[in-house]
Amino acid sequence: MSATLDAQPTRKAYGDALLELGETHPEVVALDADLSVSTQSAGFGKRFPERFFNVGAAEANMMSMACGLAATGKVPYASTFAIFATGRAYDQVRLGIAHNELNVRVCASHGGLSLGEDGASHQMIEDIALMRAMPKMQVVVPADYHQAYRAVMESYDREGPMYMRFGRPATPFVYDEVPETLGKGIDVLREGSDISIFACGHMVWRALEAADVLAREDGVEAEVLNVAIVKPLDSEAVLASLGRTGVAVTAEEHRKAGGLADAVRTVAAEQCPVPVLAVGVDDRFGVSGTSEAVMERFGLTSAGIAAAARKALSR
Amino acid sequence: MPHLSVVPDAHASIAELERNATVLRMDCVRMLAVAKSGHLDSSLSSADIVAALYHRVLRHDPQQPRWPERDRFVLSKGHGAPIQYAALARHGYFPMEDLMGLRKLDAHLQGHPDMTRTPGIEVSTGSLGQGLSMSLGIALALRLDGIGEAHVFTLMSDGDCQEGQSWEAAMAIAHFGVTNLTAIVDYNHLQTDGTTEEVMDTGDVRAKFDAFGWDAVEIDGHDMPAIVEALEWSRSSERPAAIVCQTRKGKGVSLMEGRFGFHGKPPAPEQAEEALAELEALLAEQTQGLEPGR
Repeated sequence: MSATLDAQPTRKAYGDALLELGETHPEVVALDADLSVSTQSAGFGKRFPERFFNVGAAEANMMSMACGLAATGKVPYASTFAIFATGRAYDQVRLGIAHNELNVRVCASHGGLSLGEDGASHQMIEDIALMRAMPKMQVVVPADYHQAYRAVMESYDREGPMYMRFGRPATPFVYDEVPETLGKGIDVLREGSDISIFACGHMVWRALEAADVLAREDGVEAEVLNVAIVKPLDSEAVLASLGRTGVAVTAEEHRKAGGLADAVRTVAAEQCPVPVLAVGVDDRFGVSGTSEAVMERFGLTSAGIAAAARKALSR
Repeated sequence: MPHLSVVPDAHASIAELERNATVLRMDCVRMLAVAKSGHLDSSLSSADIVAALYHRVLRHDPQQPRWPERDRFVLSKGHGAPIQYAALARHGYFPMEDLMGLRKLDAHLQGHPDMTRTPGIEVSTGSLGQGLSMSLGIALALRLDGIGEAHVFTLMSDGDCQEGQSWEAAMAIAHFGVTNLTAIVDYNHLQTDGTTEEVMDTGDVRAKFDAFGWDAVEIDGHDMPAIVEALEWSRSSERPAAIVCQTRKGKGVSLMEGRFGFHGKPPAPEQAEEALAELEALLAEQTQGLEPGR
């Protein structure tokens, strides 16, 4: 599947959509911390130099600046790597942006393990947990270029603080074109009645692959759900799927604690207690390697998802 | 409580400003005595600076707290909130009686300034080191909107100067050529665990700002003519302006002035009484000095 599909990094969608937002909305400003080529905000900076602030390697300053800009009527998009956006600048995002319920978009590229070679220092696998735990913060993890483009365009019209996670490597297209909306955040990409697979970001296309494997090799019809908005989670959509299948797997490029797995399990535990197995990162840090090699090492593959599904179904 | 004119007055005299500072100090003592919680000594060290700002230097309109062209005041040392609350209440941003709700459940006056609850608060603060960066964001937005004559005044503490982020901001403010911003440091030499010099000596803060490309001056932060002169100068400086104010923590209340051990500790009832009596006496003297014919 992946070999035949076109692929683009979700971070590229960020850069493309940001540029378009800049054209239509003069109050949109962008900030970056010396990673504008990587995060793709550089295009905006070139087109709108007066509305672009590169702060150098000073992420805490950047997030608090975004607070001040938003408090004065601007709509800031602040980009850096996920590790720095949520780890280094947590307190600045918390007090200045989330607490104040300001329309700042914290736009993190290089989320998860799939950035590859840079290794553990850069592989942020706790960001969804941190941002989910933060009061008032919305958490958006788009699945591919097309959805990421819509997520960025739509973020302008959504109220309140928002964290958006993009990835480094090219991600196979899950959507043939830019979808009309993210809606409440969960799309059923493949229908099935045997098991629910909830996935986000870079794991969605792998979940679709896993579903094909399960259908072909096991005669199992998996329902694949793309959870693009991890918070606030569309619990009705989660419950509807769990009601159809009665068993689930989650898949994310993130620690098993605090992320999508916890979000789905909370809904299940409180309202529809069924087994929910997690595909994600155990209690350890990442390592250097190519994107594919690292994902393989940590079991973040279609085979890993299929194996978890078989285990869940055998219970 | 003593009555005070609520209209910011660009022509307020030095004597009037000094009296206003005493009134704000008394408000703080009363607030903290009732709240039984908060940072009194940190509020008192800022009183003269805050009085000069709210009663003379800031262009603001209590009737329109969100007036787009207003000057902005950011209390980076958010623990000094009582002194700002007193100034806001004295100007009619909210009723004076609200001051007695400080730190109480369901009151809008939070332990640290909260822009989502209190009129006149520009950004929420309380985690040291963030205020100067927030002020930079505000100053840039004002510049983009073509209202660069509106000025941002940020009040920092010694603790703010220990936070690395303040120097990230200092670097960026110079880099972006921001001149509609003034950093004021209320350098009162005492922090939670001891004197600033013992705990973590910041060295020469004026020289540090200077080295970052600012125009930095150092003054006595309780000398009203010097405060007013420096604040007014800072509006027109060609580089970002820093005013390092040498102050005494607890200024105006002898039992705590310059003494370690009061940070974050509210006054006991008898201490509050003693403090108010001292300030009352000063106020009477200052009021007499303002009477016509003298």
